[in-house]
Amino acid sequence: MKMITAMIRPTKLDDVKDALLALDIIGMTVTDARGFGRQKGQVERYRGNEFTVDFLPKLKVVIVVDDAKVDAALESITKAARTGEIGDGKIFVTPVENAVRIRTGESGPTAL
Amino acid sequence: MYRTHPSGGGLSALATFDRFRTKVLAGVDTPRLRRYAFGLIAVAAGLLPLMAGSAKAALAKMPTDGADTLLMLMGSALVLLMTPGLAFFYGGFTRSKNVLNTMMMSFFLMGLIGVLWVVVGYSLAFGVGFNNPFIGGLEFMWLNGVGGPLGDAPLADGFAISATSFALFQGMFAIITPALISGAVVERISFKAWFWFCLLWSLFIYSPMAKMVWGGGFLGPLGIGAIDFAGGTVVHIASGVAALVTAAVVGARKGYPESIRPPHNVPFILLGAGLLWFGWFGFNGASYFAAKGAGLCFITTSTAASAGLFTWCMIEWFKDGKPTAVGAATGAVAGLVGITPGAGFVSIGSSILIGILVAAGCFIAVQLSGAGGSGGSASSKLDESLDAFSVHGVGGTIGALLTGLLAVKELVPADYFPNSAKILEESGNFGLFIVQLKAVLITYGFVGIGTLVILLILKATIGLRVTAEDESRGLDFVCHGEEAYDPMTN
Repeated sequence: MKMITAMIRPTKLDDVKDALLALDIIGMTVTDARGFGRQKGQVERYRGNEFTVDFLPKLKVVIVVDDAKVDAALESITKAARTGEIGDGKIFVTPVENAVRIRTGESGPTAL
Repeated sequence: MYRTHPSGGGLSALATFDRFRTKVLAGVDTPRLRRYAFGLIAVAAGLLPLMAGSAKAALAKMPTDGADTLLMLMGSALVLLMTPGLAFFYGGFTRSKNVLNTMMMSFFLMGLIGVLWVVVGYSLAFGVGFNNPFIGGLEFMWLNGVGGPLGDAPLADGFAISATSFALFQGMFAIITPALISGAVVERISFKAWFWFCLLWSLFIYSPMAKMVWGGGFLGPLGIGAIDFAGGTVVHIASGVAALVTAAVVGARKGYPESIRPPHNVPFILLGAGLLWFGWFGFNGASYFAAKGAGLCFITTSTAASAGLFTWCMIEWFKDGKPTAVGAATGAVAGLVGITPGAGFVSIGSSILIGILVAAGCFIAVQLSGAGGSGGSASSKLDESLDAFSVHGVGGTIGALLTGLLAVKELVPADYFPNSAKILEESGNFGLFIVQLKAVLITYGFVGIGTLVILLILKATIGLRVTAEDESRGLDFVCHGEEAYDPMTN
């Protein structure tokens, strides 16, 4: 099993969700996140005071999938979340040792 | 504003001056010396207009009118709403860890000043017991006898509103004025210091100011002749100057200016500005004290706000490329502040001009005093945090001076404004401008020095600031044991 953590533009959430559902990947966790990469921050102005806001709003989408589905999932997310501009985000893949479904107590890939 | 008090108390300014003059001149025998001495005293007291003797107010007794009194009661409710509106306006600007404390600095005063005003504040502002042009009396403590046994007796000769509705209306002004000051010292002043500051400031600065301008006192139409329709000097210049002084004495926020953050909730700022505008219809409109003619003040109030909002946004659009929501809110408030002293004295066309000029003036003041933000360069070390002086002080000053230049003779009737009408008649709008300028300078001096004294006393006794640690933690939890936004409360 692998955990896929995708940092995406907030506006791309629906596209990413639909793409993953199309692959039969059911279930995901989304959290509000703030961050920056090469995009750097943006300049905001209030009553003439300028603020460089380094941390921009992003969404962090977390899914855990069976090893066989990782490549397809990465491809779908990349396609769905891309605009081609700086600031589209990043995806990280990490190994997962085990998973447990709380309701039934099942564990391993069947719990996903 | 059409303000005097029962038993012709407004003339006490003249009476006091006459007594003082007689006393001093008693020892001078030579007529020529007497003349010089008299002139010197009058000039020193800034009472030149009084020398000519004032036209006695000849106001007829009127029965209490239902519609007029209703205007005052409606106005009271509207002005009350401005204080929570201001709490939202200021609350939106601060960091989220300080928003409750910032809002409480305004909201709490609906309790503290609401009681204080009834107990003694009103009496000090609108009584005549001390027979003094600077302070009222103690005869109306607990609003004793105000409005007669049924509370429906008229305020005074020439006024058809009940005295009770007037006292309530004035109380709402007393509540919001110190609340305006809070913008200068948010995010670091201790709540205990704020409590005592507001209590003392209301008694020793606000009530005397109201007496001097509206209570038939030294600065008003029965004194030197300055006019202030709804509080340009009493409310806005007074709170603006006090804001400047408190910001200087309390000192900047920790790490200022690098540490300051963008507003945490801009929608709050818009909500607050909207409530302020709504309430301002009562603030200015009901200050006419008569329902029939109040339409003019309602219109001038709204058009000045519109012109202010529009001007501010246009300046931003040209200068920085984008009109901002915070700018729109600030421009509207600036326009409202600017029209306050003149709402019932100027034409509708003039009110648009006032809105434009005041918004432009306040815009410049805000730029000059601004910290520049984390990306800009600090042009000022004075942390006048939410621009209380730049908007209320500067806007009130420009508005008061423009009122002198733009006042229409027909709107300053001699029976209600004897000395002001006389000045307007004899030396025109420029003459009134000079008197307005004098009133503005006297207000700056009186409020500036008075506020400084109160602050220094508090600094030496209970201290003004929270500790540096508490400041980092946030004043919501430190001063009130609460948090505005707790993600764990579901």
